[in-house]
Amino acid sequence: MNIVVCVKYVPAAADRTFSAVDNTVDRADVDGMLCELDEHAVEEALRITEADGGEVTVVTVGPEEAADAIARGLRMGAHRGVHIVDDALHGSDAAATSLVLAAAVRKTGYDIVLCGMASTDGGMGVVPAMLAERLGVPQLTLASQVTVEGGTVTIRRESSTATEHIEASGPLVLSVTDRSNEPRYPSFKGIMAAKKKPVETWSLADLGIASEVGLEAAGTTVSAFAARPARTGGQIVSDEGEGGARLAEYLVAQKLV
Amino acid sequence: MSEILVVVDHTDGAIRTTTAELLTCARRLGEPSAVFFGAEADVTPGQLAEYGATKVYVLDDDAYRDCLVAPKAEALAHLVAGRRPAAVLIPSTSEGKEVAARLAIKTDSGLVTDASDVVRGDDGAVHTTQSVFGGAFTTTASITKGTPIVTLKPNSLTPENADAAAPIEVETVDVAVSDAARAARIISREPREDIGRPDLADASIVVSGGRGTGGDFDAVEAFADCLGAAVGASRAAVDAGWYPHAFQVGQTGVTVSPQLYVASGISGAIQHIAGMRSSKTVVAVNKDAEAPIFGLADFGVVGDLRAVLVQATTEIDNRRAAGA
Ligand SMILES: Cc1cc2nc3c(=O)[nH]c(=O)nc-3n(C[C@H](O)[C@H](O)[C@H](O)COP(=O)(O)OP(=O)(O)OC[C@H]3O[C@@H](n4cnc5c(N)ncnc54)[C@H](O)[C@@H]3O)c2cc1C
Ligand SMILES: Nc1ncnc2c1ncn2[C@@H]1O[C@H](COP(=O)(O)O)[C@@H](O)[C@H]1O
Repeated sequence: MNIVVCVKYVPAAADRTFSAVDNTVDRADVDGMLCELDEHAVEEALRITEADGGEVTVVTVGPEEAADAIARGLRMGAHRGVHIVDDALHGSDAAATSLVLAAAVRKTGYDIVLCGMASTDGGMGVVPAMLAERLGVPQLTLASQVTVEGGTVTIRRESSTATEHIEASGPLVLSVTDRSNEPRYPSFKGIMAAKKKPVETWSLADLGIASEVGLEAAGTTVSAFAARPARTGGQIVSDEGEGGARLAEYLVAQKLV
Repeated sequence: MSEILVVVDHTDGAIRTTTAELLTCARRLGEPSAVFFGAEADVTPGQLAEYGATKVYVLDDDAYRDCLVAPKAEALAHLVAGRRPAAVLIPSTSEGKEVAARLAIKTDSGLVTDASDVVRGDDGAVHTTQSVFGGAFTTTASITKGTPIVTLKPNSLTPENADAAAPIEVETVDVAVSDAARAARIISREPREDIGRPDLADASIVVSGGRGTGGDFDAVEAFADCLGAAVGASRAAVDAGWYPHAFQVGQTGVTVSPQLYVASGISGAIQHIAGMRSSKTVVAVNKDAEAPIFGLADFGVVGDLRAVLVQATTEIDNRRAAGA
């Protein structure tokens, strides 16, 4: 079972902002990391291959620094990495990212493409579905539990109205939530071994992609951004035995009850 | 006037509030047509007409119920190709977003998810407002490619009845669902039991408990019931097994934007705030005066949540009894 895990390099939470130049997510000179939610995808891939054999490839689409996300995946235990980096990618939207990822996983070959539930910066949670659409394979997304038996994958998915079990046979796209597993910390052995693991760097030309990516091709244009103003004027009271009554009073005054 | 497709969110035919919100929003962009997945016998056209739908497309196939996402995306792509709508509006649920994602690829269109507002700009394009980075920023965007596709967050606007409900036309649409779209099969479904409280995602009041409850949600539930609210939980409370995951508010749980959000025994980690930041009014009860949640509270009580919530519940009950 060969598994390709799509991992995203995201700005650390405190550093998330926009570039004033073109309203894209600012990725220059900010501290970044492997998206925490994608660690669950790496972990799931490792568990599946540890049980059933096979190799795990981590692939990322992102700037030079995104190599850190691959390195983290390799230290966790993935076998190889693929980094797609190209100046033309700047400003790409989810549709473009999924186009590039689709071309990349076709090139590496796969039984399962594994994704996180959402990226913690963009957070649309749409790339896995887009990837399945582009690859023309089944999507088993937002799994809180994964079972692999032979070529068949079964997931548990918890929607707001029901718990569902969903089944499909490979090749397929799978995404896991933060409830699927507890990601491991890289061991000392893992850290040492990672240094010798192969990482390939591909450009768009290597994938035969000439257009359809970058800011120009995006289907949406961000026209403005603004930091949400801090809430001010909040009234904070200390409970001296009448805190509940004052809360009730507040709600009545605000016509909330 | 240009046609706007609105995907109906319903439970056995009863439309959810989000559908009324979507139809209200669609009227600003053009003439709404509802898209109903389910049996024709379940459609209540009157309800849809009330909010301005002039047409409802009914699509009935087992695949829409028994397979994940792909069949609905196929059906919508078929409608988009045939009717050339000016936009497609979809509820911002996890399924809705995935349907929208596949539709965007199929139709080579621009997509915005989790919008809180949608308008038509002077340039004729569809413009949206959404919050990003866990609510820390608000952005506006215009959709510049193909048929604009937008998923709209619940509680983003107040549903308004159409001036005069026009007669509504019901049209059954037959689309052959491809074998490929049937490949991810739902083999079992256990509906969540009805607990007699509003649904978290579109509730107008939410009372949440965190680690500070120490596992005892009685005071939280009693206060919620007194306010007619939904109950929510932080991830710490869910991870401890005190409350089911379906009630988790936050980045990896449900996003809520109620009129009133009450956070009790919740510190206010950014991942939690990501799921409740757009609440109109925020109340916090926490025994630690330094808890970050107070930074975004309109009203806060520093104290023990049990004492505070129980007293508030009694006080409100008493006022009601006195007023009645
Ligand atoms: C990738 C990722 C995703 C995440 N997603 C989510 C998410 O979706 N939702 C979410 O909630 N979290 C999420 N988290 C976790 C988040 O970072 C916090 O750990 C979590 O929100 C903390 O929950 P809490 O506020 O209940 O607990 P704590 O941070 O432990 O806070 C408990 C609070 O209760 C107060 N308290 C204690 N006793 C009392 C009392 N008797 N009366 C009043 N107050 C009391 C304390 O002063 C404290 O402020 C995520 C984390 C990661 C890394
Ligand atoms: N630039 C990227 N490179 C690799 N994988 C990505 C990238 N963007 C998104 N993904 C994958 O798609 C998932 C959902 O991302 P998103 O749709 O951006 O929320 C992530 O958890 C990743 O697994």
